Amino acid sequence: MSDPIIKRFMYINRRAPYGTIYSVEGLEVALVGAAFEQDVSMAFIDDGVYQLKKNQDSSATGIKNFSPAYRALGDYDVTRLYVERESLQSRGLSEQDLMELTYEDEDDDWAEKPSIRIVSGTELADIIADQDVILNF
Amino acid sequence: MLHTVNKSPFEKNSLQTCLRLSKPGSNILLIEDAVYAATAGTSISGVVTTAIQDHGVYALGPDLASRGIDETSLLEGIEVVDYEGFVKLAAENDKVQSWL
Repeated sequence: MSDPIIKRFMYINRRAPYGTIYSVEGLEVALVGAAFEQDVSMAFIDDGVYQLKKNQDSSATGIKNFSPAYRALGDYDVTRLYVERESLQSRGLSEQDLMELTYEDEDDDWAEKPSIRIVSGTELADIIADQDVILNF
Repeated sequence: MLHTVNKSPFEKNSLQTCLRLSKPGSNILLIEDAVYAATAGTSISGVVTTAIQDHGVYALGPDLASRGIDETSLLEGIEVVDYEGFVKLAAENDKVQSWL
């Protein structure tokens, strides 16, 4: 049997959580892609950066807080979460405002490493251009 | 008059239109994704600060909490209300206009 084809999948998230269903769907589809052993990364641009904000507590609204699910991404080998620096800056946010998401690097004695990578728009453009498949939420 | 806004100011111009078409002395309540407009240090903080000078500007607490926004990170002059406060504002104002 031939080797499975592995493509580079990127999930681009540009919507804030809770106000619409896009962010939950984007997260679920990214997890599905990873379960099929594809090379999955995610990008958070514009209001998408708000998905990674720490201390989300939706208990008073009756809406499920799905932000803890981002912590599962590392276990599904989704270890690259690119966050555009300019999107953070225009929203008055910095890396310290985001959840601490990590993965265990199997090539480095399972060392725990951060999954979130803050990149400039220019850097992100190169990363996007390098993908095989891009899905937008 | 009470104006409610529920869209992110970075994605739609609902808040900007509300600010343009609301009269001084009227009240503006930020709910759902519009609560991001209440935070300090953003690219639209200036226009919101200006609005606070001649409007009552409120933000819905449970929607702030959902999005992980601490009350200490809000612009000065924004008043946080709970669902009861939302009802009170709607009852006290003669009309409610929802900028969707």
